[in-house]
Amino acid sequence: MSSEEQTSLQEQQFMQKINAEEKIEPKDWMPEKYRKNLIRQISQHAHSEVIGMQPEGNFLTRAPSLRRKAILLSKIQDEAGHGLYLYSAAETLGISRDEMIEALQSGRAKYASIFNYPALTWGDMGAIGWLVDGAAIVNQVSLQRTSYGPYARGMIRICKEESFHQRQGYDIMLTLANGTSEQKAMAQDSLNRFYWPALMMFGPHDSESAHSAKSMEWKIKRETNDDLRQKFIDQTASQIEFLGLEHPDKELKWNEERGHYDSGEIDWEEFHNVIAGNGHCNRQRLEHHIKAHEEGAWVREALVAYNAKKQAKQAEVA
Amino acid sequence: MSDTIKDATIEYAIRLGDDANVLGHRISEWVSRGPFLEEDIAYANVALDYIGRARMFYGYASELTNDGRTEDDFAYMRDDRQYRNLLLMELPKEDFAYSQVRQLFIDIYYSLFLPELVKSKDDTLAAIAAKAIKETRYHLRRSRDWVLRLGDGTEESHRRTQRAVDSLWGYTHEMFELDDTEQLLADSGIGVDITQLRDEWHRQVSAILTEATLNIPEDGWAVRGGRIGYHTENLGHLLTEMQFVHRSYPGCQW
Ligand SMILES: [Fe+2]
Ligand SMILES: [Fe+2]
Repeated sequence: MSSEEQTSLQEQQFMQKINAEEKIEPKDWMPEKYRKNLIRQISQHAHSEVIGMQPEGNFLTRAPSLRRKAILLSKIQDEAGHGLYLYSAAETLGISRDEMIEALQSGRAKYASIFNYPALTWGDMGAIGWLVDGAAIVNQVSLQRTSYGPYARGMIRICKEESFHQRQGYDIMLTLANGTSEQKAMAQDSLNRFYWPALMMFGPHDSESAHSAKSMEWKIKRETNDDLRQKFIDQTASQIEFLGLEHPDKELKWNEERGHYDSGEIDWEEFHNVIAGNGHCNRQRLEHHIKAHEEGAWVREALVAYNAKKQAKQAEVA
Repeated sequence: MSDTIKDATIEYAIRLGDDANVLGHRISEWVSRGPFLEEDIAYANVALDYIGRARMFYGYASELTNDGRTEDDFAYMRDDRQYRNLLLMELPKEDFAYSQVRQLFIDIYYSLFLPELVKSKDDTLAAIAAKAIKETRYHLRRSRDWVLRLGDGTEESHRRTQRAVDSLWGYTHEMFELDDTEQLLADSGIGVDITQLRDEWHRQVSAILTEATLNIPEDGWAVRGGRIGYHTENLGHLLTEMQFVHRSYPGCQW
C-alpha cells in the first residue's frame, strides 16, 4: 500500500468514527488540520478562562460584602482551574503550555473578545456571571458532544461549575434589581453594556463564519453560531423580565411561528472593531498577563534551580 | 459570661477577624498575577480561607454584641484607627518572595496558635480554630516549600528572599505580645497566651530559614501598634479600596 493509500484509509476510518459518534482519543490517528483546528479552539478557550480572571479580579478587592467576595474568589479560582484543565487537554495534541502562552502574548492566539470590555461597577460582576458565563455555557453544553475525547470530557466537568457561576451572577443582578433605585440603575447599566457583547460571543453569522463548515463536519462544533445564539436570546428574555429591567433590544419580539424570539441586528462593526484591537482593554489584558509572566520569571527559574540542586544531591547519595 | 469577659471576647474576635480580613485582602491581590497559573489557584484558595475566617470571627463578634451590627459592618464600616489587625497583615504584597516569607511567618504562628485556641473554653472560638487548623496545615506546606525553593534557588531568588526576611522581621515581635484584654482571656482559659509560643515559633522559623540558606536577622528593631489601631500608612489605602463600593451606597443589601 502506498503512503497515500494508507492516509486515505486512515482518513476513512477517522470519518467513520466521527460519524458513529465515537470519540477521537489522543493516540488515535487524526488529520493534521483536525489537530490544528482543535489546538486553536482549545487553547483559545483556555486563554479566555485565564484572561477572564482579570475583569473579575478587578473587583475582588472592592466586593461590597464579605460573602460576595468569597463567592467571587471561588469563581475566579474555578476559572483558573478551567484554564489549567483546558491547557492540559490541548497538550494531548502535542503543544506545550509554554508555546500556547507565547502564542497568546505575541497576539497570534486569541481569547474571547468579551474580556476586552471594561468591568466598571459591581453590577458588572453580576452581568458577567449571568450573561458571559451564561453564553459560555450554551456553547459549552453543545461542546460536551464534541468529537475529541479530552475536550468533551473537560466540557462536562467545566459546565457544572459554569452553571453555578451563572446562578451567582444572576443572584447579584436580582439583589441589585430589587435594591435601591441606585442599585437598580447600576444593574440596568451593566445589562445594557454586556447584553450585546454577550450575543457577539457566539461569533459571526453562520454565513460569515470562517471555521464553521469543516468544524461541523468533524463534529468539533455541534451547533451553529446562530442556533446557539438563538438559544441564549430565548433563555435570557424571560430572565430580564423577571429582574424587572428593560430589555436592551428594543426590537425583541416573540415569533409564534418560529417558536423563538426575533431580535434586532447586532452591531457587527463594533464586534470587528473590538476584535481588531480597539476595545477598552485589549492592550491592558495582554500587558497584565505579560507583566505577571515576566515578574514571575525569577520564581520559575528558582524552582528549576532548586529542583536541579535537589536532584544532584540525591544522585550523590545514591 | 461576665460583662468584662464578654467585652474582651468581642474585642478578641474582632482582632482575629481583622487579621484574617486584611491578610485575605492582600493575598487576593495576587490573583491573576502569580508566576504561573497553579499559583493563581493557590492564592485564591488561601485568600478564600482567610475571608472565610474573617466572616466566622466577625460573625461571632456580631452575635455577642447583638446590637444589629453584621459581619460586614465590622469589615466595611470601621476606619483604620479602629482596625486591630497585626501590622504584618497589612504590609503591601511586594514581590513573590516577600509574600511567601510573610506567609511562612504567619503560617507557623497560626500552626502554634490554633491548636491552643481549639482548647478554648469558648466553644465558638474553639470550633473556628478547629476548622482553621486544617487550612493552615496546607498553607504552611506551601509557604515552607516556597521559602526553601526561593532561598536555595538562584542568586536572585536568594537575594530577594533574604531581603524579605530582613524587612519583615521587625513586624513579627508584636505577634507575641499580650495586652490586658488578651491577658484576661488567657487567664480565663478563653484566649491563647501567645507569649508562650514565641520560642517555638523562633525555633521553627530558624530551622526553615537555615535550611533555605538564609540568615536569621538580629532582633534589633521592632514595630508595634496594630492591636491599638496604630497602623502603617498602608492600611488606609487598603481600606479605601475595600470599603469604597460598600460605603458609596449606604444601607444597601448586596
Ligand atoms: Fe470557566
Ligand atoms: Fe465561569
